[in-house]
Amino acid sequence: MSTQEKIVEVKNLVKNYGSFCAVQDVSFDVYQNDVFGFLGPNGAGKSTTIRTILSLIRPSSGTISLFGSSLPENRNYILSKIGCIVEKPDFYKYLSAQKNLELFAGISGKNIKKARISELLEFVGLNGREKDKVSGFSHGMKQRLGIAQTLLHNPDLIILDEPTTGLDPQGIIDIRNLILQLKNEKNKTVIISSHILAEIELIANRMIIIDKGKTIVQGVVADLLNSQEIIVGFTVDVVEKALLILQKSVFATGEIVVQDSIIMINTSKENIALINKLFCDGGIGVSSIETKRKLEDYFLKLIKA
Amino acid sequence: MLLKSTYNELIKIAYKPRSFIGIGGLIIIISIVLFAMKVDGDLYISLITGQFEQSLTFEGTILNGNLIAFIIIQMLIIHVPLLIAFVTGDLVSGESAMGTIRLLLTKPVSRSTILLSKFLASCVYTLVVILCLVFMSFVLGKILFGTGDLMVLKSDGLIIFQEGDINWRFFYGFAIAFLSLITVATLALTLSCFSENSIGPIVATMGIILLFTIIGSMDVPIFDNIRPFLFTTHMAAWRYFFDDPLNTTNILYSVAILVIHIVVLLAIAFYKFNKKDILS
Repeated sequence: MSTQEKIVEVKNLVKNYGSFCAVQDVSFDVYQNDVFGFLGPNGAGKSTTIRTILSLIRPSSGTISLFGSSLPENRNYILSKIGCIVEKPDFYKYLSAQKNLELFAGISGKNIKKARISELLEFVGLNGREKDKVSGFSHGMKQRLGIAQTLLHNPDLIILDEPTTGLDPQGIIDIRNLILQLKNEKNKTVIISSHILAEIELIANRMIIIDKGKTIVQGVVADLLNSQEIIVGFTVDVVEKALLILQKSVFATGEIVVQDSIIMINTSKENIALINKLFCDGGIGVSSIETKRKLEDYFLKLIKA
Repeated sequence: MLLKSTYNELIKIAYKPRSFIGIGGLIIIISIVLFAMKVDGDLYISLITGQFEQSLTFEGTILNGNLIAFIIIQMLIIHVPLLIAFVTGDLVSGESAMGTIRLLLTKPVSRSTILLSKFLASCVYTLVVILCLVFMSFVLGKILFGTGDLMVLKSDGLIIFQEGDINWRFFYGFAIAFLSLITVATLALTLSCFSENSIGPIVATMGIILLFTIIGSMDVPIFDNIRPFLFTTHMAAWRYFFDDPLNTTNILYSVAILVIHIVVLLAIAFYKFNKKDILS
């Protein structure tokens, strides 16, 4: 149990569309300064849950509290403390980047000066393009403008729904660094949903995995990953000999897969050094050891289960 | 927050190219009418007055700014609503189609305030269109054709209003025309709350106006009971100010019907917009 302040508290959330249940009894908490990962395959109910938190969708049942206040009674107070991008960073295409930000600043509930808008446009690397119409922006530029919009009123909670979709590798790294910067330097709480699971693994400290509207697992990312076996890939010089050694050892109980010169073994973290020693003692040259099993494998395993 | 939100909506309307298509169209149409009347207006007027020439003698300039304004308003009062619907039918559904509705509704402004600001902005846009109509027909008409008495042809005869008795009639006529256009704007805004695309509410508004106008103009007994309650029946209520004597009962009835339409349509719009799940 965390001693940090609870920022988001979702209890028994249900959302039905007729007979279809998009979200089924989902509960989770997000604490201050968390980067909370929201994972699930397409159609799992991630966006529905996020939209419900943002009061874009009315829940069929369940309760949602943010900053100690419940929705929908305290909607305006809650939304004044949230910055978000929901799915795509859509803006008024016929307006300039600056005008778009001015419009949203006007209804943010805070007195936001033009200098703050210029500062944010510079922060996201759009200085020099502020007068250009958004219709001429690439997806990456819109995403960066979306980030600027999100930070406009200096919110306490930032919700980013699939923020890296459509971005080039550099854009993905920029967003990742930005999120870590917001957490570490600005002490913000971030909820991020993504199907790029490696992204979540790199930046989130806590997470929830949902599928078909149901919670599969949730908790601290490090705990969830460490409690599981991992796949370790040993790149060896003589594969056949290495396999023979391995099959005669106590480590042969797990699944062994050979891919070119890489032997992948399903084992625990503690066994990596022991297996390496076994190969070395048997005269096998090990040129690299790579941990293959990370969140993505964990996620897929859970979903398949 | 309502003021800021309304300001935002006006900025969006002002920057949207489609907002100027309607006003531009209006200016072009009226300019063509003014040009045609300047060139061939006397012939046009003689066709109308010809039937009275055996019993009446006309002195002075019949073709003047007042008559031009009357003719233009009569011609355009069915068409201008379409231009209004073109902009107001897009106010909510356009945000859904563009995806900006998600961003807009995650700001600390209540949905009712957002919808009310859109309604107020559509009223301002309608006022701008009306003022444009006033300038192009009434002001420009008087500049180009001068002023004089107004001859109004009715089904039961001819009424001639003295020059000094005309301006107030136009003022109230434009006011009631504004109210009827607000009714159309509200209808388009309401339909816009039910749609996720821009075209649907605009086409639906035009369809409703067309249907109601056809029902209103058909002399079939079955429609007699509903005709007085159709807003399209009262869109020509501005003409009541060019009756002599003035029939205030008719005027008040028309105003009441239009206001009731606005209130009911707004109530539906607020209900729908507040309950709506944003899935786009």
